[in-house]
Amino acid sequence: MTQKPSAIAEGTDPAPAAASPASRAPVNARLTKAERVELFRTMMRIRRFEERALRAYQQGRIGGFLHLYIGQEAVAVGCCSVMQKDDHVITAYRDHGHAIAVGMSVNELMAELYGKATGCSKGKGGSMHFFDPSRKFWGGHGIVGGQVPLGTGIAFALKYRDLKGACLTFLGDGAVNQGAVHEAYNLAALWRLPVVFIIENNGYSMGTSQRRSSAGAGLAKRAEGYGLAWDVCNGHDLYEVREKTDKMLQLARDQQQPGILEIITYRYRGHSVADPDSTYRTKEEIENYRRTKDPLTLIHDTLTAEGVLTAELAKEIDAAARAEADRAAQFAEESPFPAPEDICRDVYWEEDNPEHKQSHGRIFFD
Amino acid sequence: MPLITYREALNQALAEELERDPNVVLFGEEIGQFHGAYKVTEGLLARFGPKRVVDTPISEAGFVGLGVGASMLGLRPVIELMFWSFYSVSFDQILNNAANIRYMSGGLINVPIVIRGPANGGTNVGATHSLTPENVCANHPGVKVVCPATAYDAKGLLKSAIRDNDPVMFLENTILYNDRSEVPAAEYLIPLGQADVKRAGTDLTIVAHGRAVMNSLKAAQLLDAEHDVSAEVVDLRSIRPLDEETVLASVRKTNRVLLAEENKPFCGVGAQLAYLIQEKAFDALDAPVKRVSAIDAPAIYSPPLEKEQLPNPQRIMNAALAILA
Repeated sequence: MTQKPSAIAEGTDPAPAAASPASRAPVNARLTKAERVELFRTMMRIRRFEERALRAYQQGRIGGFLHLYIGQEAVAVGCCSVMQKDDHVITAYRDHGHAIAVGMSVNELMAELYGKATGCSKGKGGSMHFFDPSRKFWGGHGIVGGQVPLGTGIAFALKYRDLKGACLTFLGDGAVNQGAVHEAYNLAALWRLPVVFIIENNGYSMGTSQRRSSAGAGLAKRAEGYGLAWDVCNGHDLYEVREKTDKMLQLARDQQQPGILEIITYRYRGHSVADPDSTYRTKEEIENYRRTKDPLTLIHDTLTAEGVLTAELAKEIDAAARAEADRAAQFAEESPFPAPEDICRDVYWEEDNPEHKQSHGRIFFD
Repeated sequence: MPLITYREALNQALAEELERDPNVVLFGEEIGQFHGAYKVTEGLLARFGPKRVVDTPISEAGFVGLGVGASMLGLRPVIELMFWSFYSVSFDQILNNAANIRYMSGGLINVPIVIRGPANGGTNVGATHSLTPENVCANHPGVKVVCPATAYDAKGLLKSAIRDNDPVMFLENTILYNDRSEVPAAEYLIPLGQADVKRAGTDLTIVAHGRAVMNSLKAAQLLDAEHDVSAEVVDLRSIRPLDEETVLASVRKTNRVLLAEENKPFCGVGAQLAYLIQEKAFDALDAPVKRVSAIDAPAIYSPPLEKEQLPNPQRIMNAALAILA
């Protein structure tokens, strides 16, 4: 899946970031101005939501882990924006961006972080476990690589039930060395399931760099051993993410050819907020990325150069995203915690639907 | 009523549910073309085709996880583990994913899967192939755990398990696969969580599950014939949900109780039962609760010694006599 070198790559076009070669791909060329602005807005909303969540965490309002997606926004937004109505998505624990990209409300997400009853999982899942099956978003999974067989199973069910669509199954660069991931790769290829494995390669599996954790020529290239399609993508370039994800999805949907798309990206924050982020990479490295490859800045500049985004509109979008995040925090703050009796709800379908109960006996113990 | 084997009963249950519900799909190693490592699925590939009866590679984490994912979208996968011992390589998919997804999604997602296969020692295959994890599974809220002892129970319970909207762990026993019992030709279901008094008695209650039920019944015969002791045998059938009422009613009737299981003693099902009985029937007890389990070591290979390691009828009888002494 190589791409015609762009004018910019050949050095004939002095235009700045604007001319991402991928911008001419049909999936991008057909975007309306309003749709382009929406992509920028979604990325901004993710960024501001997480910055607000970080403040809440630092204020002790949020427990447990908080794995921030800051720096990777173009990946979730790019990938999810090319999903069609029949496509599904599942991801790991760094799931805030995907949840917003598929359209979940930031109120229910922030409330989930706060552990409130109004959260998307009623305060039972937390940061790593957002779900919205009504939007075909199947989580939000905490164990590295554990969601990859699940995404493959969703693809199996689509094929079995003769449904359209494919399942975007996200994993991190740290997950590629888990056995369950390779088992899923094999099953997907063996049974020609409509699944696209998206490796969000942010360079570090927690604090261990790719060089120190993964052997071989590249993470996506491992696909060759399984007969999966594969490609590598620049994750800072929203247009390229869209173009390459769209191609992979088409292969999966239309030709039952599953594949792996490795998207090179970067996170500015630690693995989680508890990560001191000072032992395995330099401040200069982070600063360099922030300055030169921030996906939000890049898309801002691109859309500005395209004449789609004005400084006023960008400011307005930013202000609205900040206000939305603040309102979400207020909503979460004011929402009630689950009641103690909620602890034993949502464990068993049968207990929550007593009118349909078939089993006898005792199911909870003390 | 026809007399059929435990294996045939399972096969009938699978066939009937495949027939009944197009969302039921079987996964497992060697279940199709090979007819099943223990022939439980024999003939099903020919009858239902490769879409419904899916041979998998040796990838328990992969295909169990795939089944969990497929169930989230409404399929009802019935996944065979050639041995339940292999749950160890799919533990994350079973007891982290299947058990927790409904909860972590605030009840938005159901996982209607069945994971089934043999879980027993006694066949001289060594420790790695002799795990009996009913206690481990039952320790995870979110799953149900069933251990049938007879062909009749196996069929009725498996059909209920497949129709259940929660994940059900279904633990069989290779030594029971050839045991026959009367099984009605007409369709029937046995609800989960309903124990069965397999033998009525007055002097002592033996509570057991799985193959320990059959050995308890043999012990009860010996107790009757050789010691004039009338033992009642309660078969739990289902570990979680647990029919504590039937257990407690029997204890209140006989006032003495022996717990028999093929699992290891520490944190076993018997430990939970003993706690329940002392909590709820303390005044009914005329003697301390005793239990017979596998001797507390990894499953030994040596054939004559493995017979001793498991709770055979003689050991069960001796423990019963100790309670009555």
